[in-house]
Amino acid sequence: MSAATAAAPPGPVRTAPVVEGREPTSTRIRTRARVVRWLLGTLAVTVSLVWVFPIYWMVSSAFLPTNRLRTPSPTFFPVDGTLSNFRRVFADPTFFASFKVSLAVTGITLVAAILFAFVAALAVSRFRFRGRKSFIVTILVVQMIPAEGLFISQYQMLDGWRLVNSVIGLSIVYVAAILPFTIWMLRGFVAGVPIELEEAGMVDGLSRTGAFFRITFPLLAPGLVASGVYGFLQAWNEYTLALVVMTDPARRTLPLWLQGLVEANRATDWGVVMAGATLIAVPVILFFLFVQNKMTAGLVAGAVKG
Amino acid sequence: MPASSADRAFGPGTVAPATPVAPAPALPPPPVRRRRPLRSRLGVYLLLLPAVVPIAVGLGYPLVRQFVLSFQEYGLAQQFGRPAEWVGLDNYRTLLTDPYVWGVIVRSVVFCLVNAGLTMAIGMSLAVLMAKVGRAARITLQVGMLLAWGTPVLATMTVWQWLFDSQYGVINWLLAEPLGMTDLRYHSWLIEPLSFYLVATVIVVWMSVPFVVFTVYAGLLQVPAETMEAAQLDGADGWQRFWRITIPMVKPVLFVVALLQIIWDLRVFTQIYVLQRAGAPTRETHLLGTYIYSLAKEFSMAGAMATIMLVLTLALTAFYIRRMLREEEL
Repeated sequence: MSAATAAAPPGPVRTAPVVEGREPTSTRIRTRARVVRWLLGTLAVTVSLVWVFPIYWMVSSAFLPTNRLRTPSPTFFPVDGTLSNFRRVFADPTFFASFKVSLAVTGITLVAAILFAFVAALAVSRFRFRGRKSFIVTILVVQMIPAEGLFISQYQMLDGWRLVNSVIGLSIVYVAAILPFTIWMLRGFVAGVPIELEEAGMVDGLSRTGAFFRITFPLLAPGLVASGVYGFLQAWNEYTLALVVMTDPARRTLPLWLQGLVEANRATDWGVVMAGATLIAVPVILFFLFVQNKMTAGLVAGAVKG
Repeated sequence: MPASSADRAFGPGTVAPATPVAPAPALPPPPVRRRRPLRSRLGVYLLLLPAVVPIAVGLGYPLVRQFVLSFQEYGLAQQFGRPAEWVGLDNYRTLLTDPYVWGVIVRSVVFCLVNAGLTMAIGMSLAVLMAKVGRAARITLQVGMLLAWGTPVLATMTVWQWLFDSQYGVINWLLAEPLGMTDLRYHSWLIEPLSFYLVATVIVVWMSVPFVVFTVYAGLLQVPAETMEAAQLDGADGWQRFWRITIPMVKPVLFVVALLQIIWDLRVFTQIYVLQRAGAPTRETHLLGTYIYSLAKEFSMAGAMATIMLVLTLALTAFYIRRMLREEEL
């Protein structure tokens, strides 16, 4: 499928040359446009179903007992399903242990990253100083570094500090990984609030700090939320670094726990694996649906210039 | 995070998708101020400090250390305290004269370009489709994309393994029963490298497309309607308007998105690693990320390999980065 063939021109549909002139052209055009529109709509819905299917399948399988998963033809609707798979996940103490580790790592990462990034974004977009430009370029370039090539020496470094298998150790590498993008994102939001607003506040008698906290800060709330969500998702879902840093099974984060569950039950019990996956995925999906609008908007706002 | 494509939570990957490099917002230049006293000028650097320290510690130091290590001999003896010996380019020579390593490099580049290309093509097509269909169809498509985008990468990997399960997986059933390819009924997808990569491509593209769709769609919405109307009045047909107006106008977005796809797909780790654990022959299926991981015990080799990967990333993206830096007002 290539972009050229698949991408239909936006705007009114092209009309084919009229071959016979039996009916008024405008009606034909309209009928044709309607048919094309209907076809495209059907295509869109079909594509959507294809994309949703794996997720549907995950949730659906989670409600089925093993004997109904291991049948010659698949059970497409979990009628008369069971909650036993979920019960077994909840009965597993390692699930809660991992949940706690994930929560701690995500919490620390999030607070540190947002705070540090916010302060840095402020400095970069509100002040001019020597080294400002190189700082921004560094932030950009750092994001190109393939972290997948760095993990060995990150592990060594943490090992040297006795921080392997520790929440703090993992949080340090997470913060470093998330910060550059967060600064980048927040910088856009801060610059979007005109300095004149603050200055007007100062003319009206507010101090510089007062003007900032009473005027600019409230306007930045959506930006902070958006970057917070970004950080949350990154830290909560991350797998590679957790795999390298948390080698002790007792210190697993949730993604590692899920992979452990898969390896223990593959080919024998997909139901419980799907229940585990569903439990991890659903809250994140809901959270994500809730905020993604703001994020893409912020991401794109700067990239298209008139 | 290592935005593994996986992690594009927002990126695929984590969700999404992974560490997206944000397109640079066009910012007004910071206000020029009169020179302030030294104390407050130093204050600015204090504001940067909390951000600079973790980046320097968590990324900068490992990067430098790994680079240095790649010119040394660092093995078991060194882990017990013997100082590492300098060996110059030996590690690189060993790696780059090994045909197996070249195989890994070529496979990774091909995998990256195929995946990034497919993701871009499908993503752009769907973005245009999204802009053309009616409200109900559009929302259906958006919800489908969002669900896929928002699912954590490990959950995604888990369900795809189940879908491709050789005995009870839906995909084998679908191919054999309704579609009649009965020889695929109990096919093991992961055993053979080519079909292993096919499965990996399906998964990576599936989780990367939503990011492209939403970003490009948002870009399409910013093409002013007046420009389109003017072009239409001037007699441009739909096809011309698309290629002469829409595409040039969303080009900056396409640029950034393509850059990200290349970066993410070259460093793909989670998907390959998890599929390997699902029973694929690891040696035949290694890409750069998993290969470096497998070298973990030989620090110097891993360091040299990681440096090669970094250079490769830069080579594949240099063109984009140059253009971005040139066009951005920082």
